[in-house]
Amino acid sequence: MTAFVYQFLAFAYQVADVFAFLVLAAGGLAIIFGMMGIINMAHGEFITCGAYVTTALVRAGLPLPVGIVMGALFAGVLGIALERTIVRRFYNRPIDSLVVTWGVSLIATQGALLVLGSAWTSVGTPLGSIGFGDYSFALYRLVMLAVAIGVLVGLYLLFMKTRFGVHARATMQNPAMARALGVPTERIYAQTFGLGAALAGLAGGVYAPTLTLSPTMGTGFVVESFVTVVVGGADVLTGTAPASAVLAIIRAACTAAWGQVFGLIGLLVTVCIVIRVLPEGFSGWLMRRRA
Amino acid sequence: MSMLRNLAIASAAGLMLGVSAAAALADDKPPLKIGLLEDHSGDIAIFTMPKVHGAHLAVDEINAAGGILGRKLEIIEYDPQFDNAKFQEFARRLIEKDGVQVIFGAATSASREAIRPIIDKDNALLFYAQQYEGGVCDGNMIGTGGVPEQQFSTLIPYMMEKYGKKVYVIAADYNFGQISTEWTRKLVTEAGGQILGAELIPLGVSQFGQTIQNIQKAKPDWLMTLVVGNAQSAFYEQAAAAGLHIPMGSSITIGLGFEHKRFKPPTMQGMHVVMNWFEEIDRPAAKAFVARWHAKYPNETYINDMGENEYSAIYMYKKLAEMAGSFDLDKIRAQIATGKACIDAPEGQICIDPKSQHASHQMTLLSVNADHSVKVEKVWPRVDPYWLGQIGCDLTKDDPKEQYTPSNLPSK
Repeated sequence: MTAFVYQFLAFAYQVADVFAFLVLAAGGLAIIFGMMGIINMAHGEFITCGAYVTTALVRAGLPLPVGIVMGALFAGVLGIALERTIVRRFYNRPIDSLVVTWGVSLIATQGALLVLGSAWTSVGTPLGSIGFGDYSFALYRLVMLAVAIGVLVGLYLLFMKTRFGVHARATMQNPAMARALGVPTERIYAQTFGLGAALAGLAGGVYAPTLTLSPTMGTGFVVESFVTVVVGGADVLTGTAPASAVLAIIRAACTAAWGQVFGLIGLLVTVCIVIRVLPEGFSGWLMRRRA
Repeated sequence: MSMLRNLAIASAAGLMLGVSAAAALADDKPPLKIGLLEDHSGDIAIFTMPKVHGAHLAVDEINAAGGILGRKLEIIEYDPQFDNAKFQEFARRLIEKDGVQVIFGAATSASREAIRPIIDKDNALLFYAQQYEGGVCDGNMIGTGGVPEQQFSTLIPYMMEKYGKKVYVIAADYNFGQISTEWTRKLVTEAGGQILGAELIPLGVSQFGQTIQNIQKAKPDWLMTLVVGNAQSAFYEQAAAAGLHIPMGSSITIGLGFEHKRFKPPTMQGMHVVMNWFEEIDRPAAKAFVARWHAKYPNETYINDMGENEYSAIYMYKKLAEMAGSFDLDKIRAQIATGKACIDAPEGQICIDPKSQHASHQMTLLSVNADHSVKVEKVWPRVDPYWLGQIGCDLTKDDPKEQYTPSNLPSK
């Protein structure tokens, strides 16, 4: 009986771990895609940016939480700068915006390699571990789950309860009408892009202690984040969250049964099925049911 | 005015001619071009840059001492950026456009297999200065790194005797990881042990929560880790954070990836590796080599086995050319066939085995302490690369240009 409880706890922990990873990895991408229709290929580089800033600050002596917040803020500011200079010229040109952000991503990766070198020492995972029967888990990974849930709650409050949220949703539904009613859509776009970049930076900062830092580390998040956004659809709250939960169960179960290769295969097969059955993802399906 | 200018140009040209004639007098033979094809960028650049440095250090030393057969060496190099297609493109350019006959390079087995057909077709020579999964029987390749009979046939019996017979393997999912897993399986089962699980990990995967749990569920006595690249090396950090304290063995950590210098202690505690070179080797020639290296490259974090192997490979080429009295590949191979091609490398004496064209090595088993200092557990003074010869590869008689594995043996 206890063995069964431990098995269940272990599985629940793994699902929670993958869920947190998918929410944090995909949140920023989903916001930028959902609100602005921009497919941000430089998403992984904002994650890398957050991880490096966090690590640099922790090494300089700041506590980890401060480092993570600063990493997210730095990525956010960089996101706003990128939107003001480059991305805003590509609205309503989805394919062009994809290419231009990909170009930014290549420049950022190779530039970081030249400036920062190919690997930094990581700061090490804090908090130690906890044991259940045969299994033991890093406590820090529960912090990641808390951060992921915090991000979802925060986004819900931001978009549903604040003036910015009302303006942002109006801009998303009908930009021309929103502008006619006095919503500063240009500023909303810049803020939304900055918010997406900051969430990516947050993911990088949170995961930095558990990963090997390198300029290409962002690519380790990119496949999963795109998969989650494709399955979830354009809305973070009704899309990314349920998509992350479903994909986490599938991935954890496949990996537990047959190893990492099948975990990845399970993820990709799910995407193929979802694209076929629900072309607009979970959020599109939920919207249609409500309407 | 224009006449004056022409005069100036003519005299400048004359001056340059005079200079180059003087240079030619001092050094009457043109330099010998050698190709260097190693990643300067990409996911494994941190490990391959020491190869670039090792090659330049060796060439500088050789040139300062008069070159090879009176000719100075000139390195022609490109950055393939961890991209196998670029490896092929640059290998072709080196041979067909730059006119080199010998290439030092390729790190991953995928890149080696990508360029080997080009080297073979153009009848050039590849020095593959890299520990790998072994088995390449190709007259156009000389392997100067460790192979499984040097790394696994030493490490696995040691680990099984010391820690137990139940083994779990995690490996990168491409030819190196797959064939190395096959080797581990063969050696463990032959010694009466058991493989409790073998998990192949796609390159680029960086989340190991479930893998760590699978290992804890299987309860092995020790773990063979053959993960590759920056993303996968996060396994160690995550395993340590999850409290997975288990003895580990590997053929690529520490001496190659210097994780004990890059990760926070005690992440790598309990790791055991067998290699022909570690920067910590205590030998006068090794110490002098390390001092020369750090004088030229003061920012090098660690001189890994790939760096020392590349350095030694260039000296091996010098030795072979001098024995043959020529740079001609057939004459060089005739010298390899004598079995007398030996040099004193920083690690100790290495000799090229005539049948397989791979190098013998002195092998050292290191373990990593909690503070990331290392301890020499065992030394094998000379291990020959015997496996290819045993299964019937004999490059002095026949050149199949094949890669063999325990499950892909030559047809007799």
